[in-house]
Amino acid sequence: MTKHPVLVAGAMLTLFAIAGSSLVALTHEQTKERIAANEKLALLRNLQAVVPPQLVDNDMVTDTLLAHDPELLGAESTLVYRGRLGGQPVAAVLTPIVPDGYSGPIKLLVAVRRDGTLSGVRVISHKETPGLGDKIETKKSDWILGFSGKSLNDPQVERWQVKRDGGDFDQFTGATITPRAIVRAVKKTLQFVQQKGEQLYAAPQSSHPAEGDA
Amino acid sequence: MTETGYRQIIRDGLWNNNQALVALLGLCPLLAVTNTAINGLGLGLATTLVLVASNTTVSLIRNLVRPEVRLPVFVLVIASFVTATELSMNAWFHGLYNILGIFIPLIVTNCAIIGRAEAFASKNTPVRSLVDGLSIGIGFTGVLLVLGGIREMVGSGTLFAHADLMFGEAARGITLSVGEDFKGLLIAILPPGAFLGLGLLIALKNVIDERTRHLRAARTISPGHEPEAATHA
Repeated sequence: MTKHPVLVAGAMLTLFAIAGSSLVALTHEQTKERIAANEKLALLRNLQAVVPPQLVDNDMVTDTLLAHDPELLGAESTLVYRGRLGGQPVAAVLTPIVPDGYSGPIKLLVAVRRDGTLSGVRVISHKETPGLGDKIETKKSDWILGFSGKSLNDPQVERWQVKRDGGDFDQFTGATITPRAIVRAVKKTLQFVQQKGEQLYAAPQSSHPAEGDA
Repeated sequence: MTETGYRQIIRDGLWNNNQALVALLGLCPLLAVTNTAINGLGLGLATTLVLVASNTTVSLIRNLVRPEVRLPVFVLVIASFVTATELSMNAWFHGLYNILGIFIPLIVTNCAIIGRAEAFASKNTPVRSLVDGLSIGIGFTGVLLVLGGIREMVGSGTLFAHADLMFGEAARGITLSVGEDFKGLLIAILPPGAFLGLGLLIALKNVIDERTRHLRAARTISPGHEPEAATHA
C-alpha cells in the first residue's frame, strides 16, 4: 500500500467518481419523466398562446417538420409545429432565430395561419437590455401582440419596418435595434411560409417530438 | 462538542463569517441572480442544500481520503450533488429552473462550498459540519434574499414577483407592488445595481458591528474592566 500511493489515490478517485455518477444517474432516473413532461407542458403552453387550442385538434408538439432556410429563418434548421383540425391544416408555428438583436440572438415563436396572416408572435428567449429592449416580452408591454392579424399584404411589404425607417411598426424609446430586428425576422418568416405554401403541411414528420429547444 | 461550540458555528455562519458579506465568496451567482427576491431565494436554497450535503459527506469521508486526492474528491462530491439538485429543480420547480438557468450548475464553482469543505468539514465531525453547512447556507441565502428584494423594489417596483414559480399557484397573491406609477430605477436591476446594493449591505453590516462593539465596550467599562479592544479588526 505504501509502495504505490499513486495507485491507491487513483483507485480512491475512481471509487468516488463511480459513487458520484451513481447518485446523478439515480436522480436522473427519478426525474426524467417529470422533466420531459414539464418541457412538453411549457412548450404546449407557448404554442397555445399563439394558436388558440380550440382551433386545432392534433398534437402540435409531435406534428413537426424541420425546415432549412438560414437566409429567411436565421438558423441552419428550424423546427415547425403544425396545427390541424380534422386533418385539415390550420396554422404553422415556426421557431426562427433573430440573428441581429441588440445583445445576441433572439428566439421567436411565429404562428402563421394557412391564409398567410399572423396568428401570433412571442419571444421565447432574448438578452436585450432590461427596461429598454425587453419591451418585446408580453410581461413588459403589448408591443409583440401588435403582429396578430398582420400579413405580407397588410401592411404592404415595404411598410414592414419600424416607424423610424418609414414603416408601420412602433419602435421603443431608446431602443430601435431590437424592434427593427424582430419586424424584419417576422417579415422573412412570412416570406418563407409564402414560398413553401402547402408543402409546409404536406411533408411528413421529420423530427422527434419536443426535441431540442423548448 | 459543547453547546457553545455549536452556537459559535451558527453565529459565524449567519453573521460573523457570512460568506457573502465578509468572506465575499460566491459573488458571481450572488450578483447575477439577485434581480428579484424569489430568484435570490431560489438560488440560495439550492446552494444551502448542496452545502449541507457536501459538508456532511466530506466530513464522513474525511479520514478515508488521502490528502493528495483530497480536493479532486471534494470537487467530485460537490459536482454530483449540484447535478442532482439541478435535475430535481428541473423536475419540481421548472419555472424557477428556467429563470436561474446556468447559475444552478454554476453552484459547483461557488468557492464558498469547496471553501467550507476544505476549511471546516474536512476537520470536523459530521454533525458539526452539517450545522456549519446549514448556517453558512442560510447566511448566504439571507443576503441573496435581501439584496434581491432591495433590487426588485427599487428596480421594478415589486416584491416577491413570480412567487408562484416556487410556492405554487397559491402564492401568486403575495406579490407586493410599491406603487401603480412606479416603473423602477433601471440601474437597480442592471449589473451596477448589484454591486451598489452589495456594497451598501456590507457597509450596513459593518455599521451594525461597530455599534454592537461600542455597546459591549461601554458595558465592560462600567464594572471596572478594560474594554476588549478591536476583537474584529
